[in-house]
Amino acid sequence: MLFVRASSPHLQPINSVALVMRRVMLALIPGVAACLWLFGWGVLVNLALATATALTAEAVMLRLRGRPLGLFLSDGSAVVTALLLALALPALAPWWLTVLATGFAVVVAKHLYGGLGYNPFNPAMVGYVVALISFPLPMTLWVTPDAAVHLDLLQTLAYQLRGVLPGDLSVDAVTAATPLDAIKTQIELRRTLSEIREGGGAFGAFGGVGWEWAGLAFLAGGLWLLYKGVIHWHIPAGMLGGLAGMALLFYLFDSDTYASPMLHLFSGGAMLGAFFIATDPVTASTTDRGRLIYGAGIGVLTYLIRTWGGYPDGVAFAVLLMNMAAPTIDHYTQPRVFGAPGDRRGG
Amino acid sequence: MKIDPHNLHRFHGGLHLPGNKEVSLQRPLARVPLPARLFLPLQQHIGTPAEPCVEPGEAVLKGQVLAYAEGYVSVPVHAPTSGTIVEVSEEPVPHPSGLAARCVVLEPDGEDSWLQRPRPGEYRSLNPSALRNRIREAGIVGLGGAGFPSFIKLNPGRRRKVELLVLNGAECEPYITCDDMLMRARPEEIIQGAEIMRHALGAEQCVIGLEDNKPEAAGALREALQQSPDARVQVIAVPARYPAGGEKQLIQVLTGREVPSHGLPLDIGIVCHNVATAAAVFRALVRAEPLIDRIVTVTGAGVKEPRNVEVAIGTPLRDVIEFCGGYSDDVKRLIVGGPMMGFTLDSDQVPVTKTTNCILVAGHAEAPDPLPALPCIRCGACVDVCPANLLPQQLYWYSRARDFEKTQDYHLFDCIECGCCAQVCPSHIPLVQYFRFAKTEIWSQEREKRKADHARQRHEFHLQRLEQEKREREERMRSKKEALEHPPGAGEVADPKKAAIEAALARVRAKQAARDDPRTARESNLRQPDEAPTAGPQVDKTGR
Repeated sequence: MLFVRASSPHLQPINSVALVMRRVMLALIPGVAACLWLFGWGVLVNLALATATALTAEAVMLRLRGRPLGLFLSDGSAVVTALLLALALPALAPWWLTVLATGFAVVVAKHLYGGLGYNPFNPAMVGYVVALISFPLPMTLWVTPDAAVHLDLLQTLAYQLRGVLPGDLSVDAVTAATPLDAIKTQIELRRTLSEIREGGGAFGAFGGVGWEWAGLAFLAGGLWLLYKGVIHWHIPAGMLGGLAGMALLFYLFDSDTYASPMLHLFSGGAMLGAFFIATDPVTASTTDRGRLIYGAGIGVLTYLIRTWGGYPDGVAFAVLLMNMAAPTIDHYTQPRVFGAPGDRRGG
Repeated sequence: MKIDPHNLHRFHGGLHLPGNKEVSLQRPLARVPLPARLFLPLQQHIGTPAEPCVEPGEAVLKGQVLAYAEGYVSVPVHAPTSGTIVEVSEEPVPHPSGLAARCVVLEPDGEDSWLQRPRPGEYRSLNPSALRNRIREAGIVGLGGAGFPSFIKLNPGRRRKVELLVLNGAECEPYITCDDMLMRARPEEIIQGAEIMRHALGAEQCVIGLEDNKPEAAGALREALQQSPDARVQVIAVPARYPAGGEKQLIQVLTGREVPSHGLPLDIGIVCHNVATAAAVFRALVRAEPLIDRIVTVTGAGVKEPRNVEVAIGTPLRDVIEFCGGYSDDVKRLIVGGPMMGFTLDSDQVPVTKTTNCILVAGHAEAPDPLPALPCIRCGACVDVCPANLLPQQLYWYSRARDFEKTQDYHLFDCIECGCCAQVCPSHIPLVQYFRFAKTEIWSQEREKRKADHARQRHEFHLQRLEQEKREREERMRSKKEALEHPPGAGEVADPKKAAIEAALARVRAKQAARDDPRTARESNLRQPDEAPTAGPQVDKTGR
């Protein structure tokens, strides 16, 4: 009788990276649907382009590094990176922008650091920031959430692939500043928030116009991820708490210059960032207390950059800055081991 | 210590695992017939192996000591039945390494005749020290799987007061039901054993902790308690969650207190024993029966009739499985223990030992081949489930990097190797294997260091000795030189060597003179042939 030798445990495995990634993709569906409805077909084109680029880039890098293709391509991590990056990019971004950003994210931010599990920086955010800094103009051409002016699929493809718009339209007609962008420029022009509100184009029902629905949809997806145990509550709570906390502080101080917490929470990449981007396990802190600090750091930095920084939305930079801090946070927030006196450090 | 069954505590982490216990509880407990040969390892316990005290060909009786305890942390091995000793040899034993060990091989004669045992007598009149001796002489070790000599764990020592005795009937691992079966079938043995142990420890109360998925066992124990109203024993059901049966976790759930890291439950006034150990103590004290058999769960898709059986220690696994209907068609792994912490075997020709609690013949679906491991994605699922509050992720990184100092900083030796972390890892990393590797490397390094320290001490002493000899030699040379430069006077003894030679010559002359003397000639003639040659300087006639 031939028996196989193995090390314990001897049970069916109950978890897998592919399962985790699949759940994240499922949780993105409401948000993707909302974005499609708000910003048109460009979102879908971006998603498709990014996914294709990510998988291709990953396959090439795996082959170059001599790693098994099937095992790593099927874990779904590259696809999730691509989806998140595509949702962060403007809907009408030219094809080369999406391809460049995704390629950079997968090749440089992920594989050059060692591949899955070894990257210190969030690949999607690295790709986004590279695109933002290198090509500021295309990155600020956001589609207006007014569905009436949306292009159909063929027109969208024509614009993104060839840069051609239908005859009677100009770029200004289909694009608009994001709520955060509008507020920022207007504040710099010394207008108050009430004046901006009357001017229209920034405030919606409870958040930034149009963007609030996307935020709500991502929130729903994020709550499902929490329920399924895919993510821990510490990072979203920390981030949203930090952001809302800072916003509340300054809003109470001067409500006409500083936007309300609701506006901050429901515009830009706050919800997407809190539940999907900041919670990337590889680059985040790993201890519970550390996660709270990490999330809060992202929230505070996002507020700072949004209010006083050079960019309308600061989620991407905040995430990257806290990625740098994550190992130090981990070191100082070790949990107490069973049976040990209250010792928080790892040695 | 107040324990409120309605206000139990929780331990961190843990998993809800499918029990798979019903299948081995469907058939009643049965006894496996004696095999053709019994193989009794000399080491079935933690500590020093026992020393055999029987010879091949010797006839032994049931319960006779075959090997006596060697040193303090050791217990004897007894004959499970009467028969003849075949040999004391290296035989395969159940161990993850697959190595063989010394065993006494016994051929049963079918008579099963007991050794003449003293009448049990009243154990209540024995003092704790005598109780512990009896328990040691009965060869009792922890039957929960660890195999630590029980008499040591029943010794509170002079400085500590034991408030609580915990009997562990939790049996949290899937598939295993031997303790459940014992609690259902012989609850009174457990309770009386508990009382004996309580007496040996001087503990005021005893709690039997079992998981709440064993209502029949709890019921049987409570009924038996009603028959012994004097027993200070409480039966408490704890929530079923792996690894509630871990000693430290069970203590935390019952009392809310944590066993100190690198410490023992004794440090907080608690001692924990397995329920089967308590039943064995009962048999030893009340029936004068040493530990010669135990209940084993035989289960898994690879066995045709899964059940609990009572087996004589030393019975080959193959015979036990044959008794349970033999192998089915779906056999993948032969596991001793449960699916979370058990180890696999190469062959079934190894014997049941005192610590074999379960034989799990896993099928293909139950124990699939390990999936290839992906890199760690730092998700923290392992941290969420660790009952020891460790960071398996950090332990993994440092074990892999062979940074063993760091692993100890992260409390590697507090890991109980329960397997929860490996079970939830999405990258399928064999975490427990890494931790075992790190632990054994550290132990091996410590051994090497001790050897190196010892060698260095010897070397230093050697150098010291050489140094001293050199000094002595120089001293002698110097004094000799002085003697040559200043020759001795009449009465001075210049050279002790010269003086010795003079004295020897004087003795020889005296002897010659005596031989020539006719008065003593006959005496010495008679004596000479019997005399042994002298060890001193042999001087013959020519040397005069």
